[in-house]
Amino acid sequence: MAFNSVVLVKQVPDTKNITGQAMLDDGTVNRAALPAIFNPEDLNALEAALALRQLCGGSVSVMTMGPPSACEVLRECLYRGADRVILITDRRAAASDTLSTSYILSCAVRQIPDVQLVFCGRQAIDGDTAQVGPQLAEKLNLPQVTYVEELIEASDSSLTLRRNLGDGYEIVKASPPLLMTIVDTANTPRPPAARKMLRYKRARGKTELQKEATEQYGKDAKEDIDRYVQQRSDQLSAKGLLIEQWDLDTVKADVTRCGRSGSPTKVHRIQSVVLTGTDHKRIEPTAQAIGELVHELIEDHTVG
Amino acid sequence: MIEVNRNGDVWVFAQQDNGKLNDVSLELLSKGRELADQLKVPLAAALLGQDVEPLAQSLFHHGADKVYLAEHNLLETYQANTYAKALCELITRHKPQIVIYGATPRGRDLAPRVASAMKAGLTADCTDLDIGDNTDPSTKVTHKNLLLQIRPAFGGNIIATIVNYDRWPQMATVRAGVMPMPTPDTSRNGSVVKEKVELELADVLIQVIEKSQREKRVNLKGSRIIVSGGAGVGSPEGFGLLRELANALGGEVGASRAAVDSGFIDKDHQVGQTGTTVRPALYIAVGISGAIQHRAGMQESAKVLAVNTDPDAPIFSIAHYGIVGDYREVVPKLIKAVKARA
Repeated sequence: MAFNSVVLVKQVPDTKNITGQAMLDDGTVNRAALPAIFNPEDLNALEAALALRQLCGGSVSVMTMGPPSACEVLRECLYRGADRVILITDRRAAASDTLSTSYILSCAVRQIPDVQLVFCGRQAIDGDTAQVGPQLAEKLNLPQVTYVEELIEASDSSLTLRRNLGDGYEIVKASPPLLMTIVDTANTPRPPAARKMLRYKRARGKTELQKEATEQYGKDAKEDIDRYVQQRSDQLSAKGLLIEQWDLDTVKADVTRCGRSGSPTKVHRIQSVVLTGTDHKRIEPTAQAIGELVHELIEDHTVG
Repeated sequence: MIEVNRNGDVWVFAQQDNGKLNDVSLELLSKGRELADQLKVPLAAALLGQDVEPLAQSLFHHGADKVYLAEHNLLETYQANTYAKALCELITRHKPQIVIYGATPRGRDLAPRVASAMKAGLTADCTDLDIGDNTDPSTKVTHKNLLLQIRPAFGGNIIATIVNYDRWPQMATVRAGVMPMPTPDTSRNGSVVKEKVELELADVLIQVIEKSQREKRVNLKGSRIIVSGGAGVGSPEGFGLLRELANALGGEVGASRAAVDSGFIDKDHQVGQTGTTVRPALYIAVGISGAIQHRAGMQESAKVLAVNTDPDAPIFSIAHYGIVGDYREVVPKLIKAVKARA
């Protein structure tokens, strides 16, 4: 009883620690100014997959789709024990909505032979949509078990899982292959292992190497850049430290279904949330003023 | 994907749990009614299940003109795959222009699966819907009478309006509590359209072994007055004081996420983007700074009274009354004043 798992993770801007400067004057989000973090529930998804591997054996592969900087979350996965990490990056995938994102991810998952379990975080904190998991399940023609909070039992033929439905729970049994989305109450993600950190902090993806080379030689020194990237890739690859990088061609995606053209939803308007006015009535914290306030609320039938 | 169909109905997915309609589906009928009237098309509800036909009456009373009823023994227990398959069949057959779902755990499980199968767009967790025109900035083509899907994004720091003009139906999930519950009109009636759906045992991918739905111990949505506490309340004992005020007012106790996460009070009390959305007659915010996620869940309140030691707390910007001061002194005075008037 060993499962080959794929975990899908995302690097997201830390929307909880947003500051005033994070918004541009035109009301759009200044992503560059925001710290990028590992989407919290994706860490729970990774933990669920790693815990299952501990219990039953098998392998844990992690994929992320994003800009080259998303290699950072992949290194985080290596520190915690992932067997294989893959970055899916392609400019043609920019501006993908959840439908085209799930399409691209479905193409990527299909490149890995014999996947039994797909783990996703319930939702990402930048969009909070919780849509990619179920959409990916549909595209891969897999049963979906969303909001998984506990693995109750695992056997060769089935998993028994408890789903947290907010106002209750449901215990379900499903046979692999299947897709699960994991909630934050499912587990406490393990911290990075020091030994693995020492080893994998040097892991790099190809685009990261290109960036290093460009910084070193200048963007016009094409030959030097190519030579550097080739040399470093070979070195890292020999040590098992080269982060695999896929593009839309690698995953055999139909480009018309990716990016803006593959996304049915379009942004019509963005408004930044601006707090206006402070035209509330200030009540002094005295017994008399508070008494008058309560009187007013009773008079206008708000109270009583 | 269905072609753009300007004569299509507006549909509401009628979520029923164990034979009882979910409130959010009825709330959506009020907004659906507005949208359908603006577009001059019928408003329909899609009702799936087994032996659920009696629920159609309530859907008519709350504003539906038609109920598409799909009954099947394999629809007795909700499952993403069977429900998505049946709903896709109905959508393909009748080509509605809009389909809206409650953003409940179930709605958020079902809608994306349907959207993926239909290759259609879907906007999650809308806080408002409207009809309007959109001009594509690159082609300059104007699309008339689209569903404007309005939602907070980026942790609530921006409000985005999303449209979907070429691949229909236009679909959205809408949070519970943000639309007013329509007053039922028992004289309203409509037509039940019985639908056959093709489902087989092989479509049942998951076995539901046990189900437990607990009634929320707290009825925030039904409360006219809510006394809510935030991180500033500081302790579970502090919430005891808020409970005392709520009791005096005949109200309920709410909380911000910060207070819940700090363990001061149970999650059932949480108001906000990840909690319950409320619209009471009076919302008393005690020691709540007023993060956007919290405001999203209470800004429709008729009156807001904010109590906070920080005069610059964002909560004051949406308050009608503000008291700057320590709640340990302010709340007992409020309790005393209320009891004196009662």
